[in-house]
Amino acid sequence: MQSENNLDESLQLREVQELEGHTDTVWAVAWNPVTGIGGAPSMLASCSGDKTVRIWENTPTPNTTSSSWACKAVLEETHTRTVRSCAWSPNGKLLATASFDATTAIWENVGGEFECIASLEGHENEVKSVSWSASGMLLATCGRDKSVWIWEVQPGNEFECVSVLQGHTQDVKMVQWHPTRDILVSASYDNSIKVWAEDGDGDDWACMQTLGSSISGHTSTVWAMSFNSSGDRMVSCSDDLTLMVWDTSINPAERSGNGCGPWKHLCTISGYHDRTIFSVHWSRGGLIASGASDDCIRLFSESTDDSATPQVDGPSYKLILKKEKAHSMDVNSVQWHPSEPQLLASASDDGRIKIWEVTRINGLANNH
Amino acid sequence: MTPGLINANPVVHAKKERERLVRPEDTNSNDFDALDIYDSVRDIRDPEHPYSLEQLSVLSEESVTVDEKLGRILITFTPTVQHCSMAAVIGLCLRVKLMRNFPAHYKVDIYVAPGSHAFEASVNKQLNDKERVAAALENPNLLQLVDECLASNDL
Repeated sequence: MQSENNLDESLQLREVQELEGHTDTVWAVAWNPVTGIGGAPSMLASCSGDKTVRIWENTPTPNTTSSSWACKAVLEETHTRTVRSCAWSPNGKLLATASFDATTAIWENVGGEFECIASLEGHENEVKSVSWSASGMLLATCGRDKSVWIWEVQPGNEFECVSVLQGHTQDVKMVQWHPTRDILVSASYDNSIKVWAEDGDGDDWACMQTLGSSISGHTSTVWAMSFNSSGDRMVSCSDDLTLMVWDTSINPAERSGNGCGPWKHLCTISGYHDRTIFSVHWSRGGLIASGASDDCIRLFSESTDDSATPQVDGPSYKLILKKEKAHSMDVNSVQWHPSEPQLLASASDDGRIKIWEVTRINGLANNH
Repeated sequence: MTPGLINANPVVHAKKERERLVRPEDTNSNDFDALDIYDSVRDIRDPEHPYSLEQLSVLSEESVTVDEKLGRILITFTPTVQHCSMAAVIGLCLRVKLMRNFPAHYKVDIYVAPGSHAFEASVNKQLNDKERVAAALENPNLLQLVDECLASNDL
């Protein structure tokens, strides 16, 4: 009989489908958060160095029980340079796309047709990341000009910049909102992560904390980060070949006005990657996926095996799966499906997107 | 002296005899070694001077190593002066040349030689940030400069 731990270690990543269409590097993929539920087909957006955004949909194959992925729309002739990042609003109706052309476009899904309804201008040059807050009322962008911009969604598809946050000393690679609170984190070429929130007066935004080398943080470019489902932990990935897990304080006395305590370095996951880690994403089920320059996808989970080594240093995370040659070139983005926890999408320099399914090798379970 | 140049009086070495035929530019085969790569980059023109990177000793045969098993190419070059502001452009030229002439799945790492640049760590970080490289290659002026350096195989 297999123990629970052995089961964990017998996961495999099965390629469901390879999506072809982009003609250059695919930089990022984003699942529409409200699709794949109640019979609505799953929808994925991808963005590329070919200056386009593609919308992919999972549709049933007629007269069968199977389904397949197909490109439903190509969003082109709006961005004039690489589209680096894309993000769906929480209600799934709007898609934001950030481009090296210094703009962020907002697209509205009108019956399957995507119309560009706004173009956010202000960054001096390349915009590198875009993220919607949990309420859908705020949008954050960041870029090569070292700044982070916060935009407020106004009636009538107007987007007003409410704050321009300076603080990073180099280009900002990624912004990501907390899953429930109006707390923003940003990751930079300056090796640090910054945590931003509204200050006490509630009329402007300020840097609450810098997670840098002085608190055992990353020692090279931080490329991405991801929150766990409850938002009390965060994982970051870096050019320093490590993943780091950060934890908010459980001591209520340390909590600030916004209800979120300071972040502390919990542990470093090192020794698994030997080239830059570009993407990390935490599934709702607790699996951490990473995508790296070594063409591999790796899965990690919190170690529950406390018999071998006492957890004197707190929780640790272990590698449970390494998918060699997941792509033929760098893996730039890995994203878990929002409601089907076994599905993972990845994007690569090879111009391809892949949909993966996590399954048990013995075929026992597909339903963890 | 020409005013405005970073290094107005570089030391120029004679072009070395080729030890073998240059590989055809359009082959994409996996069958190549460090010398093949060196042959393809030695004649890249310096962004500042009408001389090749080899003539200026920016590159030598020892500059290139290949790890076939891991699929990696490492190029280490030596800027002519410690404060060379052209190091980023030279790195870009090397990367573009390799992108165009060798299989895309090879991982290319480009560094300045240890001790050869006043801002060695920051130059190395920039040379290998693929997002910055991708953005630079969308800059028409920069791409034109790179193309000019790559075009001059007959110095």
